[in-house]
Formats: sequence, structure tokens, C-alpha cells
Amino acid sequence: MTQIVTLKGVSKSFGALTVTDAVDLAVESGEALGIIGPNGAGKSTLFNLIGGALQPSEGRIYWQDHDITDLPAAQRCRLGIGRSFQIPHPFVGMTVYENLLTAAIFGGDAQSAPQTCRRVLELTGLRPKANLQAGSLGLLERKRLEMARALATSPKVLLLDEIAGGLTEAECHALVATIRDIHASGMAVIWIEHVVHALLAVVERLVVIDRGALVAQGDPKAVMADPMVQQLYLGIDADDAA
Amino acid sequence: MTTAPLTRRKAPVSLIAIFVTIVFLAAAPFWASRGTLNMLMEALAFLALAQMWNLLAGYTGLISVGQQAWVGLGGYLFFALAMFSGLPLLIALPVAALLSGLIAFPIGWIAFRLQGAYFAIGTWVIAEVFRLIAAQFSALGGGSGISLPIDVVKSLATSRGARDMVMYYIAFGLGIGSVVIVWLMLRSKWGLAFTAIRDSEPASESIGIRIRRVKFMVYVATAASTALTGGFIFLQKLRITPDAAFSVNEWSAFIIFIVVIGGIGSIEGPILGVILFFTLRSFAADWGSWYLITLGALAIGVMLVDRQGMWSILKSRGVPVLFKTTRWFEP
Ligand SMILES: Nc1ncnc2c1ncn2[C@@H]1O[C@H](COP(=O)(O)OP(=O)(O)O)[C@@H](O)[C@H]1O
Ligand SMILES: [Mg+2]
Repeated sequence: MTQIVTLKGVSKSFGALTVTDAVDLAVESGEALGIIGPNGAGKSTLFNLIGGALQPSEGRIYWQDHDITDLPAAQRCRLGIGRSFQIPHPFVGMTVYENLLTAAIFGGDAQSAPQTCRRVLELTGLRPKANLQAGSLGLLERKRLEMARALATSPKVLLLDEIAGGLTEAECHALVATIRDIHASGMAVIWIEHVVHALLAVVERLVVIDRGALVAQGDPKAVMADPMVQQLYLGIDADDAA
Repeated sequence: MTTAPLTRRKAPVSLIAIFVTIVFLAAAPFWASRGTLNMLMEALAFLALAQMWNLLAGYTGLISVGQQAWVGLGGYLFFALAMFSGLPLLIALPVAALLSGLIAFPIGWIAFRLQGAYFAIGTWVIAEVFRLIAAQFSALGGGSGISLPIDVVKSLATSRGARDMVMYYIAFGLGIGSVVIVWLMLRSKWGLAFTAIRDSEPASESIGIRIRRVKFMVYVATAASTALTGGFIFLQKLRITPDAAFSVNEWSAFIIFIVVIGGIGSIEGPILGVILFFTLRSFAADWGSWYLITLGALAIGVMLVDRQGMWSILKSRGVPVLFKTTRWFEP
């Protein structure tokens, strides 16, 4: 297996606040990686660094063998990094279909954009909503749209940031099945999720972030059994119930 | 924001409305008085300016209060070409616009160093610098300005009636052309990019839109077409001065009022705004500064009801969209 995204000694500070603390992380192509950690641990910031929305204060980020630390977000998307935002950013003045079309044209292959969108609409269950204004969607549908829009750019690695919260049991099952399908198609998935049972149903490796640092990683079951993680996990559980 | 599914294809009504309006305007020289014709010319020129400012501010979020830089530059370059280059007037006009577009590259490069409110102020400062430079050219009348020589004016057409006719159709082309071009652009893939940038910049970048490039491209294109309109405006006035050419009131404040009242971020908004602006002006011509105060109050009032302006208020009352851009998913 080859590494698709690699972080070497990546740190990010906002003034005196260190939000990402010397993170080393390598993601294999086609891997399903889970990320957990308490609120404010710096998980979303990690996605902003990988996606190029933020520049690291220190360290380098690689796409395969290429240093992409200085590459703007738009070009990282074209390389194959597709991301969702934890707080959805739909293009509210367009329909759901147009949201995907825009992503497919600018971030993927413009020629096959309509077919790509059709496939993504099917896959994510958004087809019945295709012609609705994105601004009229509720929060759960907006989260779904976040995932769909990232998928429409035909990424090689998909970054999902807390998309399972608030779903019913059945919806959560359907989401897990969808992400498994995506992963089975050969796409690498990095998934930040508080709904741990959903996460564990998909990922092959789990990473724990606390106060910006990578504090544990490995086989999901082993990581979850780690007493230190259990300690943090109690915190996560409390968040989850909130 | 509509919550109901978008109603599909009631195109005929809106197409008929657009067609009737175009025919009505195209025939204006045959039904309108000279005064009305002049007013229509001015309104069509303002429509072109408003469409360009709306594209810039309403879609790509570049709030410029310095569009007078391009109106004035277009006017001055046009006068210079008309008087000294020997080019026919109808050629000098687009050449002045193209030259302004070229100048917009380095000027844009400077303005793009600045963000948000600083960009807005920066564009204004740039326009002021243009005004000061224009006043330095004694061949163009320096600070007191210059009139287009009568023989140059006559080269457009010998009779006044024929000149009015030619000028009217230039204005018609600018006004209608600006709407058509913006509409075609919004229907192309660039329309998706503009709307995406309008709605969320971080999301736009995350899906591969190079927003700085798109914005720069829009800045240069709107500078050139604003200069084209500027050239026409001073051809119609037959006289140019630095203060008139680079007036922040006339070419930025009024345009911003028009777009904000009518509805920013839509094609219909600037059209509605221009109609409102000129209707109000015909009633309030001699109110002096009360006219401006009314205008400002109206803009604020509309904003309080709906930040997307009159057009959004009408749309939420069921008025059908005139310029359709939606790409429907066909199951
Ligand atoms: N742009 C920013 N400026 C300042 N602080 C920020 C910024 N973005 C995130 N932070 C801070 O960084 C910390 C980590 O945030 P985040 O990555 O969103 O955490 P998580 O996703 O793990 O909940 C938080 O304390 C947050 O307030
Ligand atoms: Mg987060």
C-alpha cells in the first residue's frame, strides 16, 4: 500500500493557543481511518490543514510524494482531497443538484459531471431532493449534502466531519452502509465522528486526538480498550448525550 | 428563501414579458420625446453600470466603491482617442474599453492586496488618484475639463436627430447587452462558480474553484465594460471634467443604491432598481439633498424588510423569475 496523505510534524497555533501539536500521521490509499477526541481537541482543524483552508505554523503536508503544504485548497481538491465541513456550508441559492454539479465541474471531471451527480444523488439518497433549493434543507439534509458535494469532486480521499450526529438508528445504519460502499469502491475515508459505534462499524484504524496532539492510534478495538482513551471517551460520551 | 419546491417552466410568460420590453425599448426613438429618449439613454447606461457592479459585489463579494475610476477612465480615453487618434467614434469607444481592461490588470493587482473594507476604500483611493492624474493633462482641459469638438461630434452623424438615434441605440446595446451577457454568463459554468462564491467562499475553494482567479477575471471584465459605458456617457454629455468623470456620488453611490434597493445578487434586482431610481428622480428632481436622503432611507428600509432587496420581496410574493438560470435534474 502507498501513502496518500502524510503529515510530518504539523503544528498550528492561533496566537498563543496551540490547536495542532506536532502531528505525524500517514493515511494509506484506500484506507478507512477514524478520528475521535473531545470537543475542541483540534480534529476539525486537522481537516482544515489537510484540505488547505488553513496553513500550518510548522511541519509539512504531502500528497503521495509531493509536498502540498503551500498548495491552495482548490488545487488540493483537484488532486483528490474531498472534504465536508462540520458546520455545513451549502450553496443556498442553488438547488441540491446544482451544488453537486458545481463540485463535479470544478473539482472533478467536467465532461462526466451530470453522470457523476446522478450517481452521487443515488448513493447518498438525495435524489428526491435534487431539485430543491439547498437553502430550504434542514440540518441533517445539509450534512448529507456536505458529504454528497465532496463526493461529486470524485476524490481519492474523503474527509467527513461529524455527519452522524442527530440521526435516528435506522438513518445511522443507512449512513454506515453508504460509507462502507464508498470505502469498498477504493476511496480512502477519514472520518471524524462522536457517534463511536457508527465509526467503529466502518474504520480499520482509529486515531485519538487530545489537545491538538495524536495520543493513541491503531486497531479500533485495541485503541478503545486503552484506559487513557476510556478516560477521554467518557468525555466524548458526555458530549454525545448532550 | 423559498421553502417550496421550485415551480418548473412557466417560461412563456417571462419570455413574452422580456420580448415585449425589448421591442418597446427598441422602438423608443419612434415614440419617445427627446426628453424621454435622453432619460431612457441615461437609464440604460445606469442599467449597464448596475449589472456590472452587481456581478462584482453581488456575486464575487468584491465591494467596490471605486467604479468611477473605470467610468472616468473610459470617458477620458474615449475623448483622447476621439480627438487625437482619428479613429471613428464607434471604434474609439470599444478601443477605450479594451485599454481600460488592460490597465485594470495592474490596478487590480494592487487592489487585490486588500481585503474586505480595505478593498472598498482602496478602490475609492485609486479612483481619486485617477481623477488627480486626469486633471494633469492640459491637452484634455486639465482641471476644468473639455468639450468634444463639434467636427468630431458631427462625424457621428450630421443631423442632431440622427445623432440622437445612433446614441440611443448604443445605450440600448449597452443596457440590454449587459443583461444578456450577465444572463448567459450565469447560465454557463462560470455562473455556478459566481453563485458558489456568493454563497460560501470556503466551500467554493474546497470543491476546486480558484476564487482569487475568478474574482480577478470578473474585476477586469467589469472594469472594461464599465469603461465602455463610461465612454458612452461622456459621448452623450459631449463634455468631460475630472470631477464629473470620477464622481463617487454618481458612479458608485447611486449605483450601489440601485442594486441594493432592487436586489443584490440577482439579474432582476438591478433592473428593478434602475426603474425605481428613475421613477423617483422624475418626481423628486427639485428636492435637492432631500432626494438623496429619501433614496438612502428607501435603501435602508428595503434592507430592513429583506436584505436581498425589492426583487426578493416580490419573488416571495409569487412573482415569477424572469431570467431563469436553474439547471434541473431530470430523473
Ligand atoms: N480560526 C480560529 N481562530 C482561533 N481559534 C480557533 C480557530 N479555529 C479553531 N480554533 C480553536 O481551536 C480549537 C480546536 O478547534 P476544532 O479543531 O474545531 O476542534 P474539534 O473539531 O476537535 O472540536 C478550539 O479551541 C477552537 O476554538
Ligand atoms: Mg470539530
